[in-house]
Amino acid sequence: MLDRPTTIAPDILEVSDVRKIYQASNGPVEALRGVNLTIRKGEFVCLLGASGCGKSTLLRIVAGFEKVTEGSVTMYGFSVDKPGPDRGMVFQDYALFPWLTVRDNIGFGPKHRRLATKLVSELTDKFMAMVGLTAFADRYPHQLSGGMKQRVAIARVLSNDTDVLLMDEPFGALDALTRSKLQEELVEIWRTTGLTVIFVTHSVEEAVMLADRVIVMSAGPGRIDCEIEVDLPRPRDVASPEFNALRREVTQRLTSHIAGSRQVAADS
Amino acid sequence: MDDTSNRVQLAPAAETPVPAAGKRGQGVQRARTIALALIVPVCLMVIWDVMVRWTGTRLVPSPYGVAVMMWDFAFGGIYDDAYSASLPIHFWKSVQRVYGGFLCAAAVGIPLGLMIGRMPLLRKLLDPTLSLLRPIPVTAWLPLSMIFFGLGPRAAIFLVFLGAFFPILLNTVFGVRSVDIRLFEAAEMLGCSGAQQFRSVVLPAALPSIFNGLRLGAGFAWILIVVGEMTGVPEGLGAVIMDGRTLSRTDLVITGMVIIGITGFVSDRILLMLSNYFLRWSPQHHA
Repeated sequence: MLDRPTTIAPDILEVSDVRKIYQASNGPVEALRGVNLTIRKGEFVCLLGASGCGKSTLLRIVAGFEKVTEGSVTMYGFSVDKPGPDRGMVFQDYALFPWLTVRDNIGFGPKHRRLATKLVSELTDKFMAMVGLTAFADRYPHQLSGGMKQRVAIARVLSNDTDVLLMDEPFGALDALTRSKLQEELVEIWRTTGLTVIFVTHSVEEAVMLADRVIVMSAGPGRIDCEIEVDLPRPRDVASPEFNALRREVTQRLTSHIAGSRQVAADS
Repeated sequence: MDDTSNRVQLAPAAETPVPAAGKRGQGVQRARTIALALIVPVCLMVIWDVMVRWTGTRLVPSPYGVAVMMWDFAFGGIYDDAYSASLPIHFWKSVQRVYGGFLCAAAVGIPLGLMIGRMPLLRKLLDPTLSLLRPIPVTAWLPLSMIFFGLGPRAAIFLVFLGAFFPILLNTVFGVRSVDIRLFEAAEMLGCSGAQQFRSVVLPAALPSIFNGLRLGAGFAWILIVVGEMTGVPEGLGAVIMDGRTLSRTDLVITGMVIIGITGFVSDRILLMLSNYFLRWSPQHHA
């Protein structure tokens, strides 16, 4: 168990009593209610839930793309109200700048922080190597496969010296082989850099594979159902009985809630 | 470089680049493209020649007559009249006016379009007025532009400006408004916000659409230069065509038309080359 922090790490991010109401065309929609969450430094946390449970909304609030209706989000004690380089987002659809090469995409953040040109290229080279794309430095995004694009997206936020890596179903559009390869790489990057990762997914297996802690969310309105610590040693083996036991437990939590809400709906 | 120490994974699956067609294959392709492009113009010229001979008309010269006129217009030595060897001066005047008006239109249209696309307040302020002005044919501005700018080249430049301005502006606005919102979010979370985004996100993302606007605008510019030069301008290709009409010298008229056609074609090709260079990142554009 060399991978999990043995001492209690300091809190980095605090979500308190967050409520989010959208104004949709057919009236207000409550996306989140009473959400409390504390993330410790260096933790790998997965937000898990079916679609519509508000997990992406919660992530976008943490990123600063959405404003809370009630409650607060603080990072290092400071209120989060807009996007910033300390919280790097990796989108499912990559959102790379198509007019920039791999190198320039990765150097975008450092360049806009007005670092010295030499430092920008050093940082770019370092993180390009970390995701194994040095040979593709001068390619444009449309010349890359999905997995390579997502590697660029990860390197782009890493090179910008981010503290928290926010990932919104980043591997959802990839084929199974590429996905498991990228999962391994992500864990490896997380271990070597000491980053904090908040990872949104709807896949139980992915959550149990990656996370120190799985936050199970439920819908209508979106809220946190329960938290499950994942104590399995890394690298994790999907075929092991422990892994499968935990996966079953998480799946049960997830589905019992869905069945429960159906019950409530039927009763009312 | 300590590449290896930071390297935490295996190299991504090697991709084999599509083998480029050989030099010879490319040459054959190119010759084929040119040959295909020439079929229709050659056929049209043959039909034109046959029709002139068959009807025996004196109003329309044969292709050969036009060719002789073009030679004389360019180099002189055949008719030795007022138009002999005067092509350079007429051509140069028209090119100056076309590109003067066109560049002004781009210099105003692109920044304005970027701002209208990005600033809702400016859009609400200007969009109704622009939509009102847009349907008015630019040629309808001719009398007014002659009052504003007097008889002379400046009225022509103004018409060229107006004609090129709207396609450039509208395509720029469209380009800005269709930028994927994710790219703004991505830029913002990487620390690029506010005015920085104009140069780093808005402009490059809208560039494909801006180039469409520039090509359309340049086309209109060549159309309008002829209209602009038809009144009160002594030199220019439009003036030559108008003189040809007055003097019933159809060969001169057709010569002017052919030269404008070729120049417009070449200028569009240059824009296309620029566009291919600047949009080499875009899968739709590096044709």
